[in-house]
Amino acid sequence: MVDYFKELIGGTISLATGLWITFKYMWQPVITLQYPRQSVKMTRRHRSHIELARDSETGEVKCIVCGMCQRACPSNCITVIGEKSEGAKKKVLTKYILNYNTCSLCGMCVENCKPEAITFSDEYNMAGYRKEDFIMDLKKRFDEKNPKSAAATHNVAGGLKEDITRTSSN
Amino acid sequence: MRQLIESQSDETFILNLGPQHPSTHGVLRVKLQLDGEYIVEAEPVLGYCHRMHEKMGENRTFAQFMPNCGRMDYLSALAYNHGYVCAVEKAAGIEVPERAEWLRVITVELNRISSHLLWFGAYLLDLGGFTPLLYAFDDRERLLDILDTVTGSRLTYCYFRFGGVYNDIDENFVPAVREFVARMRTRLPMYHKLVTKNIILMKRLEGIGPVSAEMVRKYGATGPVARGSGVSYDVRKNEPYSVYPEVDFDVPVYSEGDSMARYKVRMDEIEQSLRIIEQGLNRLPEGPVMAPKAPKILKPPKGDFYQAVEAARGSFGVRLVSDGTNTPYRLKLRSPSYSNLSLFGEAAQGMLIADAIALLGSLDLVIPEIDR
Amino acid sequence: MNESINIPWLVGSLVAAIAFVALNASMLVWLERKVAGHIQRRIGPKEVGPFGLFQSFADGLKLMSKQLIVPECSDRILFKVAPLLVMVPAIMSFVVIPFSENLVARNINIGLLVIFAFASVNVLGLLLGGWGSANKYAVISGARAVSQNVAYEIPMLVTVVTMIMVTQTMNLNEIVLQQPDIFHWYIFRLNASPLMPVAFLIFFVCSMAETNRAPFDLGEAESELVAGFHTEYAGMGFGLFFLGEYANVFIGCSLATILFLGGWQSPFGVFPGVWWFLLKVYTLIFVVMWARWTFPRTTLYGLLNLSWKILIPISLFNLVLTGVMLKVF
Repeated sequence: MVDYFKELIGGTISLATGLWITFKYMWQPVITLQYPRQSVKMTRRHRSHIELARDSETGEVKCIVCGMCQRACPSNCITVIGEKSEGAKKKVLTKYILNYNTCSLCGMCVENCKPEAITFSDEYNMAGYRKEDFIMDLKKRFDEKNPKSAAATHNVAGGLKEDITRTSSN
Repeated sequence: MRQLIESQSDETFILNLGPQHPSTHGVLRVKLQLDGEYIVEAEPVLGYCHRMHEKMGENRTFAQFMPNCGRMDYLSALAYNHGYVCAVEKAAGIEVPERAEWLRVITVELNRISSHLLWFGAYLLDLGGFTPLLYAFDDRERLLDILDTVTGSRLTYCYFRFGGVYNDIDENFVPAVREFVARMRTRLPMYHKLVTKNIILMKRLEGIGPVSAEMVRKYGATGPVARGSGVSYDVRKNEPYSVYPEVDFDVPVYSEGDSMARYKVRMDEIEQSLRIIEQGLNRLPEGPVMAPKAPKILKPPKGDFYQAVEAARGSFGVRLVSDGTNTPYRLKLRSPSYSNLSLFGEAAQGMLIADAIALLGSLDLVIPEIDR
Repeated sequence: MNESINIPWLVGSLVAAIAFVALNASMLVWLERKVAGHIQRRIGPKEVGPFGLFQSFADGLKLMSKQLIVPECSDRILFKVAPLLVMVPAIMSFVVIPFSENLVARNINIGLLVIFAFASVNVLGLLLGGWGSANKYAVISGARAVSQNVAYEIPMLVTVVTMIMVTQTMNLNEIVLQQPDIFHWYIFRLNASPLMPVAFLIFFVCSMAETNRAPFDLGEAESELVAGFHTEYAGMGFGLFFLGEYANVFIGCSLATILFLGGWQSPFGVFPGVWWFLLKVYTLIFVVMWARWTFPRTTLYGLLNLSWKILIPISLFNLVLTGVMLKVF
């Protein structure tokens, strides 16, 4: 009988404590981020899909078409195509095809790249309707982002700007 | 209970719990034979998420298998990384610098906390409490931010390398982790007040789903499931690896064997992990994070190697058979949830559905790890 | 009492009741989501309309425009009747609830009895819905709903009988008239029975269990039974269950208000009116939601243990105590 009442009272107190905790939290500021209106700034080391790095001296890609990334890739999602023009000593990159559908973002390619020609982008907002949308030619992306006359201060990674158009209403 | 099984007839019916069911956390299917709401027989059906990780390992170079580790137990990916690199390092005889070892231990323990926090939230969700999930995710988000700055990913980490770790920490890491540890110390009492001491939860978990120590031994269950049944087995203590012998921590053991005991083991483990992390931060030596002589192309000598580590769910073992080439001859992975799940069939006999859900949740299953 | 039947007034008030049920449910859904959001430290709905107020209207429109899919092997008639069986009694109960002294559709002497008569039909709807959809989860859920309702009807009715003994009437408006200010609210009338606050708590918990609200939402325990009795319902079939649930929550809380908290009477004895009634009811509904987002779900036997081992003995004891008190004083 004593146990019965002990449990009854103890239980009621435990329930009241729980209610009190959630009540306190109800008046604390929200901690969520209103995603489409605000976006997360990725950390410096965030590994999203890879991007070709830009040589600050020549303004061209650093890639020397050695194919190490292609061989290191566990999912075979990189195809590097280069051509050797008449008289030139080195191969020149023409196409760098990344099949992002099968990429597991492990970073083996970046690690194995001797000339450090590949970097990670911090783009995470990628969506598309067809899987073909994600077979990307990184060389083409590079050329679009770095027109030949572009100033040397261009930020390769692009990056997402924090875009707070509307803060929460309460 | 016995009578129930012997008298199975038209009185019982079969209920498919899964493969798509809110509380099987993925694609586990449990075939339940029910008498009313009482379970006469429960049979887990596996294989809905089978991806041939072991076979993939045989066809890839040692380094190329690294990202697969994070895809098995995606909640404690770093422990799987650790198990795999330890096994390969053992095979190839690679020495790991001390700083890298400590970094491994710190990040693995952080990962263990994040895994237990997610389990805590998801378990409460199974039991019908929504709010603790969001509170746990609040803490977990901060943790993932910290791990993101070091490893570069938030869930399927691929941070360890043969001979060290991928990246050294930056200057923000130590203060951020210290802040997290302090925060977690204040949050844990709140969790206990809100959840552990709640009479409804106590009634739901105490004495529910008893797993005896014999059953644990019979099915080879490890981790919090074994420790909740009074079997004090922790790979970190019993077969020490890395720098764990130098760390001072306790292994929480409860002898009741019910769901509440497993719950308490995990909550205590969060506290112990905080202790380990603090010691790691204090003792973190300067130095390289990668062995200078680690070969790029690995060709371990012929042999048979085994390494077990304590993942968040129990003992994760890697058996590596090398034939001297740059790919493993055989890569056998022992995943803890597989053994932990196998006792469910026996333990769930004669239970109510609601209690079986409480038992299933307390085993902390990650289905892709069971199926591999 | 107005004994003649005024047909236009009755029809008008029925239409008003239906409109109120729909509006009330959409506001409660919004409130529930906001309360849940802020307890969990997020915002909740905010896109549709100011503070997301019109979110539930948008959801309602979506539900109405969806097809009502009837599963192949279900019992077609039962399947279609069940949502109505939940919805119609809930609306009918509104007829006798006094929102204020004059704002009551039909002020009859057995108002309390009418509400409990209709409330018992509700469980039939859940059972038939579960049975009719020919889904194993739904059948289990229907069975759970029945045992739960049977168990909780008893302490609830015992408490109500206690109240009838004290108030000497079953007319809801008269009960309210007996509580002109806060000191005469029955929850604080300790001279009638020292256990009055406990009786209120029992009544409140029972009405939570009767309306299948968490932590007693065993019928739709989504981690066990997917969605319970409304697993197979789509569109407005589900919508009616939903509306019915919120209407029942409102009825439960308004009964608690009328019996214990003075209904539409003001706590200070001045400015009585419908606003006091709504304020008290919505405060109680807030508590219901607050509890839902704090506690884990009970199990069936936990729930039955609570009813048979705690609520029924205490309410019976209260009944006896009240009888003795009435006789002695």
